[in-house]
Amino acid sequence: MRFLLVEDSPDLARSVRDLLALDGHGVDWAATLAEAEDCLAAAAYDLILLDIMLPDGDGRRFLQARRRAGNDTPVIVMTARAAVSDRVDVLDSGADDYITKPFDVAELEARVRAVLRRRGGAAQTVRSYADLSFNPLTATVTIQGEARDLRNRELRLFEILLNAPDRIFSKDQLCDRLFSYAETVSDNAIEVYVGRLRKKLAGSAARIETVRGLGYRLTCE
Amino acid sequence: MNRTGGSLRARLVLQLVAVAAVLAVMLYFTVRSTADRAAEATQDAILGAATTSIAEQLRAGEVGVEVDLAYATFSMLGAMGQESLFYRIDIAGKTVTGYDDMPLPATVPISLAPVFFTSAYLGSELRIAAVARSIVIGKTLVPVLVMVGQTRQGQAAIADRLANRAALLGLGFFVLAVPLSLLSAGSVFNPINRLAEAVRRRGPRDLRPVRDPTPRELAPLVAALNGFVARLRGALSQTETFIAEAAHHIRTPLSTVRTQGEIALRQSTDEATRTRLRAMIRGVEESARSASQLLDHAMVLYRSDQLEREAVDLSQIARNVARAFAPTAELKEVVLVVKGDEGPMLVQGDPLLIESALRNLVDNAIKYSAEETAVALTLSQAEGMVTLTVQDQGRGLSGAGLAELSRRFTRGGNVADVVGSGLGLTIVTEVAAALGGRFVLTEPEQGGTCASLSLPQA
Repeated sequence: MRFLLVEDSPDLARSVRDLLALDGHGVDWAATLAEAEDCLAAAAYDLILLDIMLPDGDGRRFLQARRRAGNDTPVIVMTARAAVSDRVDVLDSGADDYITKPFDVAELEARVRAVLRRRGGAAQTVRSYADLSFNPLTATVTIQGEARDLRNRELRLFEILLNAPDRIFSKDQLCDRLFSYAETVSDNAIEVYVGRLRKKLAGSAARIETVRGLGYRLTCE
Repeated sequence: MNRTGGSLRARLVLQLVAVAAVLAVMLYFTVRSTADRAAEATQDAILGAATTSIAEQLRAGEVGVEVDLAYATFSMLGAMGQESLFYRIDIAGKTVTGYDDMPLPATVPISLAPVFFTSAYLGSELRIAAVARSIVIGKTLVPVLVMVGQTRQGQAAIADRLANRAALLGLGFFVLAVPLSLLSAGSVFNPINRLAEAVRRRGPRDLRPVRDPTPRELAPLVAALNGFVARLRGALSQTETFIAEAAHHIRTPLSTVRTQGEIALRQSTDEATRTRLRAMIRGVEESARSASQLLDHAMVLYRSDQLEREAVDLSQIARNVARAFAPTAELKEVVLVVKGDEGPMLVQGDPLLIESALRNLVDNAIKYSAEETAVALTLSQAEGMVTLTVQDQGRGLSGAGLAELSRRFTRGGNVADVVGSGLGLTIVTEVAAALGGRFVLTEPEQGGTCASLSLPQA
């Protein structure tokens, strides 16, 4: 997916960009509203991540102006202001959703998915591997024409593995991506989800392989 | 000691009533003395006329003096009422007829122009007119003194009657003055009350200067008030900006730390480093959460003080909150459902406070839920209250009571593994109290926690 990140702190912008890039997303960064205008004039984005307090103005005004001009690229506001009134304000200005800084990438992705699903999809989406095709928005895997619905964690587990086929992911690595740091997870949780995902992928040439002592990887015959 | 500074109204009414009392007393005395004088003047005129007419009709006869006490004259005197009449006629210093012990005037009259005086006689007060003339008896000019006296009972009675009327009038005037002064005090204080009402009716965020028309005398007060409001507005907007900016400046670097930590975690394979990174991310999460809960808590306290009550659709807010939390719930495979009628369920309250309470309840329910369970938001209506129940299938309260959990920064004994600030239930409890509602936390038999927030129906 292609994101436009409007954020004035270079440190934060760089780290968000790097983190999203790890999941295979493309991110353009604009440090000011003026730069954001330039980016939007030059390229099409699946989604805009917009900060509110920017050096050359208020993100909400920018958003209102864009909405009035008829531009309806989905927008998720990243706000550092967590008061309820601010959240209401943000939605009133035309944002699709908001996320409070600091955020979890998993939560951001979940919100992006929810927004895009609500908006009826993005340009990109369906990805293929071996004999299966995968639509992360609808959370469906199609194996030789037969569609199977994935539940949220199965979907995310599959996405992680699909982003880097043949790469081995340790249980811990998967755990970090699947569960929030705010919760403690039992040791066999990953095994449970891998087991379920294997069932959903049954019949496909692609399979999840256990590499003893190291972890799991997605591979095909 | 009375520190209120007294009542202007009481002071004004008291002064007006005192003035009315003085005026009433003055009225009484003025009427009384005027009546006395008028009665006396009438009596004097009649007495004088009678005396003069008697004196004029004295004629020197062959042997003495002929006195004609004409009844017409006395009947004229009788017009004054039931009075006793006395007379005395002295010729050459000797009383020839009438009462010879009638008192004589201090200044002896020298002509037919009567001299009047008042004197005690036979136990009552007499008004006496005296005239003098000379008549010729034989060939000598002899001085004659004619005096007619009349008691004053009738006149006193008339004066008393008039004075009583005056007293009644004065009393009536006074009695009328009390409500009138209350009324006028009211009308004087109306502008003050209107001003107070206008200031009181303002919403919690209305810090515009007072522009209501006020009398000139109140202008200094209003100017001082407006100055104060302006200073307050300045201080508040500074505080608000400060909080917003502080939040921005704290959260942005925290976000950087968190995101960098996550990148490092993904790229690191060393177990010791990973453990440290996880602890770091958790710490960042905890401080960010505490910061936002503290801000919310401050907002709840501020808004509870100055409640803006309006009809709020609890059902709508519940659905909005559920939608906002759907992605968070999805991450844990927790199903979030809203049950209850589709229609609006109006409650009396402040939408921001209600939303804040709901967010905390739903956030708690998801946080403490096990994977792949459900959280149900149920709306119901009974006995003038609308109740929202948030029921989860989580770990329950392990016996901790609401009183304990709603204390600031206090958390349950079974939640050490989940990030939290210990302010969530404090906020919910405070919102319920501020809006005249109820908040109950129970552990149903089938497990989990059931949180019910009831608010008065609009």
